[in-house]
Amino acid sequence: MEKFEAIVVGAGPAGSAAAYGLAKAGVKTLLVERGKAPGQKAMFGGRIYSFPLHAMIPDFAKDCPIERYVTRENMAFLSDDTALSVTFDAPKLGTGAAASFTAYRAKFDAWLAKKAEEAGAMLITGIRVDKVHRQGGKVAGVATNGDVVLADVVIAADGALSQLARSAGLRGDPSPEEYSVGVKETVELPQKVLEERFNLDEKEGAAYVFAGAASASLRGGGFLYTNKATLSLGLVVSSEDLAVTRTEIGTVMDRFRRHPAIARLTKGGKVLEWSAHLVPELGRAMSPRTYDDGFLLAGDAAGFLLNVGYTFRGVDLAIASGMAAAEAITRARTAGGYSAGNLAVYERLLKERQVTTDLETFAQAPFYLKNPRLFSVYPKLLNEIAEKVYTIDGTGQRKLSEVARAEAKAAKVSPVRMLLDLLGGARAM
Amino acid sequence: MAPGPRSIVCIKQVPKAQELQVDPVTNTLKRVGVPSEINPPDRNALEMALQVKDQFGGEVFVLTMGPPVFTSALEEALAMGCDRAFLLTDRILGGSDTVPTAHSLSETIHKIGGYQLIFCGEETTDASTGHVGPGIAGHLDCAQITYCSEVQFLGNRVRGKRSVEDGFETWECPLPCVITANFLSNRPRPPSLSGKIRVKRGGLITTWSCADVGIDPGKVGIRNSPTIVAKVDTVVLPDRKAKIFRGEPKAAVTALLDAMAADGVLSR
Amino acid sequence: MTLPKDKTEYRGVWVFLEARRGRLRDVSRQLLGVARGLAQTRGSDVSGVLPSWNVEPLAREAIEFGADRVYLVEDPRLETYTSRPYAKVMATLIGKHKPEIVLFGASKNGRDLGGRLHAMIETGLAADCVKLEIDADGNLDMIRPSFGEKSLAHILCKQHRQQMASARPNVFPIPPRDPARKGEVVREPVEITDADLDAKVVSFEERRGHKGNPIEDAKILVAGGFGLRDPKNFRLLEDLAKELGGAVAASRKAVDAGWVPKDYQVGQTGRTVRPRVYIAVGISGAVQHLAGMQESEKIVAINLDHNAPMFEICDYGLVGDLFQVVPEMTRQLAERKARRPVPVAAR
Ligand SMILES: Cc1cc2nc3c(=O)[nH]c(=O)nc-3n(C[C@H](O)[C@H](O)[C@H](O)COP(=O)(O)OP(=O)(O)OC[C@H]3O[C@@H](n4cnc5c(N)ncnc54)[C@H](O)[C@@H]3O)c2cc1C
Ligand SMILES: Cc1cc2nc3c(=O)[nH]c(=O)nc-3n(C[C@H](O)[C@H](O)[C@H](O)COP(=O)(O)OP(=O)(O)OC[C@H]3O[C@@H](n4cnc5c(N)ncnc54)[C@H](O)[C@@H]3O)c2cc1C
Ligand SMILES: Nc1ncnc2c1ncn2[C@@H]1O[C@H](COP(=O)(O)O)[C@@H](O)[C@H]1O
Repeated sequence: MEKFEAIVVGAGPAGSAAAYGLAKAGVKTLLVERGKAPGQKAMFGGRIYSFPLHAMIPDFAKDCPIERYVTRENMAFLSDDTALSVTFDAPKLGTGAAASFTAYRAKFDAWLAKKAEEAGAMLITGIRVDKVHRQGGKVAGVATNGDVVLADVVIAADGALSQLARSAGLRGDPSPEEYSVGVKETVELPQKVLEERFNLDEKEGAAYVFAGAASASLRGGGFLYTNKATLSLGLVVSSEDLAVTRTEIGTVMDRFRRHPAIARLTKGGKVLEWSAHLVPELGRAMSPRTYDDGFLLAGDAAGFLLNVGYTFRGVDLAIASGMAAAEAITRARTAGGYSAGNLAVYERLLKERQVTTDLETFAQAPFYLKNPRLFSVYPKLLNEIAEKVYTIDGTGQRKLSEVARAEAKAAKVSPVRMLLDLLGGARAM
Repeated sequence: MAPGPRSIVCIKQVPKAQELQVDPVTNTLKRVGVPSEINPPDRNALEMALQVKDQFGGEVFVLTMGPPVFTSALEEALAMGCDRAFLLTDRILGGSDTVPTAHSLSETIHKIGGYQLIFCGEETTDASTGHVGPGIAGHLDCAQITYCSEVQFLGNRVRGKRSVEDGFETWECPLPCVITANFLSNRPRPPSLSGKIRVKRGGLITTWSCADVGIDPGKVGIRNSPTIVAKVDTVVLPDRKAKIFRGEPKAAVTALLDAMAADGVLSR
Repeated sequence: MTLPKDKTEYRGVWVFLEARRGRLRDVSRQLLGVARGLAQTRGSDVSGVLPSWNVEPLAREAIEFGADRVYLVEDPRLETYTSRPYAKVMATLIGKHKPEIVLFGASKNGRDLGGRLHAMIETGLAADCVKLEIDADGNLDMIRPSFGEKSLAHILCKQHRQQMASARPNVFPIPPRDPARKGEVVREPVEITDADLDAKVVSFEERRGHKGNPIEDAKILVAGGFGLRDPKNFRLLEDLAKELGGAVAASRKAVDAGWVPKDYQVGQTGRTVRPRVYIAVGISGAVQHLAGMQESEKIVAINLDHNAPMFEICDYGLVGDLFQVVPEMTRQLAERKARRPVPVAAR
C-alpha cells in the first residue's frame, strides 16, 4: 500500500501552500486534486492580498500570474437606477507587502501547485478523495473508491463544503444559512478600452464593491475587478434569502448586469465564461475545531473566510493557514508525532499569521452583515438622499440633515433603529 | 492453483468522436486541437483483463502503437491497475492500415512474450474496422473470440460469451487467445489514486522503436499498407433548423404538437 | 508482402456466403446483388463460397440470387462458424482460384473472418462499406462512413490483390430471386484437421425478441435510450407509439443494458432506419446512434439536457423530463384524435 508522511487534499491556495511548506521542510507529501488541473474547478472574485505570499516566497512576483495591482478602491451603493460611490485612489496600495492584485484562479492555482511540486511534493490530479481513512480511531490516510493511501497526517484543504472535514466528524452537514452563493462572469474588453474606461496605467487595477440593488436587496453584494483585458463581474448572495424569496441567482445577476452603473463599465464586452460557487459565511463558527489526531483543516474547509462588505478575503487566509498547517506538522514531527495534543500548536500559529486574529476582529461581521436593512433600505435611502441633494430644479433646496430625516421617515426606519444599525456596524468592523 | 495469466491489452488513443466538427470553410474534419481519449471499447477490454487478474492473479500489460502522445492513454491504463505498459513508436509506422498495425502489434506481443490472453476492443471509433484484433490472432496463429461480453479463465483454456446478432454463443479456446471486448460489456474502473501515484513514480512504460522489436520496415507504414484513403467526402447534413420548446411540460407539449401539426407532420 | 506482377491474373467477384442455422443471411443475399453489378462492370462473374454442413439447397438459393458459381465446402466440423477453419477454407480457395474481389457481410462473423483472413493473406480489407463501385482505373472503390458518419471515405486497394470489403447489413437491397437462374455448384475439398479446430462453441443462447424487421418498416419510431432508466419504463414509449401508430426502437446503451432486444437497436452497429418521424427520447445523440437514423424525414428530440447533441440535428426539440413529457404527449394526442372531425370522404 502506498504511504506518505502527509497527504493534502485539495490543490487550492490552502492545499498548495501547505504542501509547499511541508515539502520544503522535507516531509514526504502527496497533494491530491479532483480537477483535471489545479484551479480548473475554482472560482473567486478576482483579488488576492499578497502579504502571505511575501512570507512564503519572497520573490513570488517574479513569475506569479498577476493581472493587475489594485490601486483604486470603489464602493458603490445602488438603487434601481442610480449609484452613490466612494472612490479611494492610492497608487501606493499597489506596492509592498500590503499590495493586492487581480488574478485568474486557473493560472494562479496552477502556479502555486507547481511551486509545491518544485519543492518536492507529489501532485496527483483528477482524483476526488471520498473520506479520511481511519486506523485505530485515528486518521491514517485517505480513501477513494475503496482505494486507500496511508499517511501519518492529513490536511483537508478541500474548500467550502469540505467533504473530508465532514467525513472526519469535524463538521456537520452544510445548511443554507451557512453559505452564500457566488456567481461570476468574465467579460472581455480590449486592453486599451479597459485602461481608458477605468483610467488605469498598464499595471494598475481597480476594484469595486456594490451594495443594494446589486443583490436585488437580498443580503449580499456585487463586485467587479479589472484584469489585463477582462473584467471579473459577480455577485455573492445569501442562499437562505434566495431560497426564502424563491429567487434564482441567475435572475439577480441578469438585473445586476443591466444596472446602468454596471452596463456602462462593461459596455461592448464579450462574456467569456460563467461560473457559480458556494461561499462559507459563518467564519470560524462553521468549524469550531481545526485539528484532531493526525488531521488538520485549512482554508475554506476551516471557514477561514472574511467577508466584511468592503473586502472579500479568502485566498490570503487560505495561503496563510496552509503555511501554518505545514508548520504545525513540522513542529509536531519534532515533538514526536501527530497526536491532537502535538498539533494543537496550529491554533497559535494561525494567530501568529494573523489568520484567526483577523477573523476574530471581525467575528461579529457575518452576523452584522446578516442585517437585511443594510442591503435593502439603506442603499436606497442613500441614493434618494443624494438625488434630493443633487437635484437642483428651482423648487428650493433643503439642508442635508432635513433631507436625510425626511427620507428616513419615508423609508419607515426610525432614526433610533438607523443609529443602532450603524453603531452595530461600526463595532463589528 | 495455476498462476494467473499474463494478459496483454492493446489500446488506442482516439479523438473524441463527439468533438469532431466539420470545418465549414474547407469542408473537412477538424482534427487538430480535438481532445482525445482511450478508444471507449478498449476501456472495456482493460476492465475485462483486470477482472481476470482480480480473480486469478497474474498480470496485465498494456500496449499501444502510435505517437508519443499516446503515453497519456498508457498512463491512464496503468492508473486503472495495469502492471506495465509498452509504447511502440516509430516514424516509419505512420499511416499504417490494419495489416501493418496487426503485424507490428503481433511482433511486439511476440517480443514481450509469455502471454496467455490478448485483449482488444471490438473496434476503434476513428478507424472502426474491428480488424486489428482478429488480424493479430491471424498473425500469431492463435485462437480468437470476438465481441466478448464475458470471459472466464479456465487455467489452460478460456471461455468467452460472444455476442452475435441473434443471441450469445459461448466459445471455449486454448491459450493463447485473442479476445475482443464488446463495448459497454462492463463498467470500466476509474483510475485510482494509488495507480496514479505508481505512474508518477515512473519506470512502468517501455518505449520501443521498430528496430528494438525487430519489425521489418518493409512491412509497415503507409507505403506498405494495402489500402489507401483516396478521398473523403464530408457528409453535410441538411440544416434542420430545430424548433426548440421548453418550460412547463404541459404547455411545452402543446406547443410542440401544434408546431408539428402545423407542419403537417402529425397527419397520416 | 508480395505484390502481384500481373493484376489481370485475378478475376471474378466473390461473396462469402454465411449460413446461419440453416438459412443464408440476408446480408449474403444483398451482397450477391452488389457482386453482380461489379462483375458486370469488370466483365467477370460472381462466385459464392459456402463453408458449412448440409447446406446444398443454400448453394442453389445463392445461384437464384445471382451467383454464377458456388464453391461448396461441406464438413461437419464447419457446421457452426468458428474463426480458424473458416479462415483456412477462404485462404485455401482464394489461393487456388485468385479472385479479384472478395466481399463479406459486416456481420459479427463476417468481420471476425475478414479480420483474421486479411492478416493471413496480407491484403487490404475495408470494413462496413455502404457503397461499392468500380472506379475509372478498374479498382474497387470501397466507400464507408468514417468518424461517426461525419464523412464518407473512398478506400482503394490499388497494388494488392485481392481487394476485400465488408458491407454493412441492410444497406443494399436483396436482389430479386430468379428460380430459373443457372449456375454451377462446385464441391471443394478443403481438409480440416484437428489442429484447425481450436475454438469450440459450447452453447448458444438465443436472444429473446421477435422476428422480422418492424423498426425498418415503421413510418413512425419512438426510440428510447439510457435516459429511460429501467426496462419497464419502455411502456411509456409503447403507449406513445401506439397513439401515433408507430413502433418502438432503442439506443445501444438501452439494448446492451438488456432492456430491449437487439433487433430494436438503431445505429452503426444496429439497424439503419429512415422513418417519416423519429422521436428520440432520453437518447443523447452519440455519432454511432445518429449513423442509424440521421436520414429520418423529421426528427424529434426529447431530453433533459439542452446540450444533448441530439438537439443539434433535430427538427423539433423538447427540453424536459421524459417522465412528464411522454405521458403528456400521449394524452394530448389522444385528446386531439377525439376532437378531430371525421374526414369528409369527398375531399
Ligand atoms: C464568488 C466568490 C468570490 C470570491 N472572491 C474572492 C476574492 O476576491 N478574493 C479572495 O481572496 N477570496 C475570494 N473568495 C474566496 C476564495 O475563493 C476562497 O476563500 C479560497 O479559494 C479558499 O481556498 P481553499 O484552498 O481553502 O479552497 P478552494 O480554493 O475551494 O480549493 C479547494 C480545492 O480542493 C479541491 N477539492 C475539493 N474537494 C476535493 C476532494 N474531495 N478531493 C480532492 N480535491 C478536492 C477543489 O477542486 C479545489 O481545487 C471568493 C469566493 C467566491 C465563491
Ligand atoms: C463501436 C461502437 C458502436 C456503437 N454502435 C451504436 C449503435 O449502433 N447504436 C447506438 O445507439 N449506440 C452505439 N454506440 C454507443 C454510443 O456511442 C452511445 O454510447 C450510445 O448511443 C448512448 O446511448 P444513450 O443516448 O441511450 O445513452 P446516454 O448517452 O447515457 O444518454 C442518455 C440521455 O438521456 C437523457 N436523460 C436522462 N434522464 C432523462 C429524463 N428523465 N428525461 C429526458 N432525458 C433524460 C440524458 O440527458 C442523456 O442525454 C456505439 C459505440 C461504439 C464505441
Ligand atoms: N494503434 C494501435 N495500438 C494498439 N492497439 C490497437 C491499435 N489500433 C487498434 N488497436 C486494437 O485493435 C482494436 C480494433 O481496432 P480497429 O481494427 O482499428 O477498429 C482496438 O479496439 C484496439 O484494441
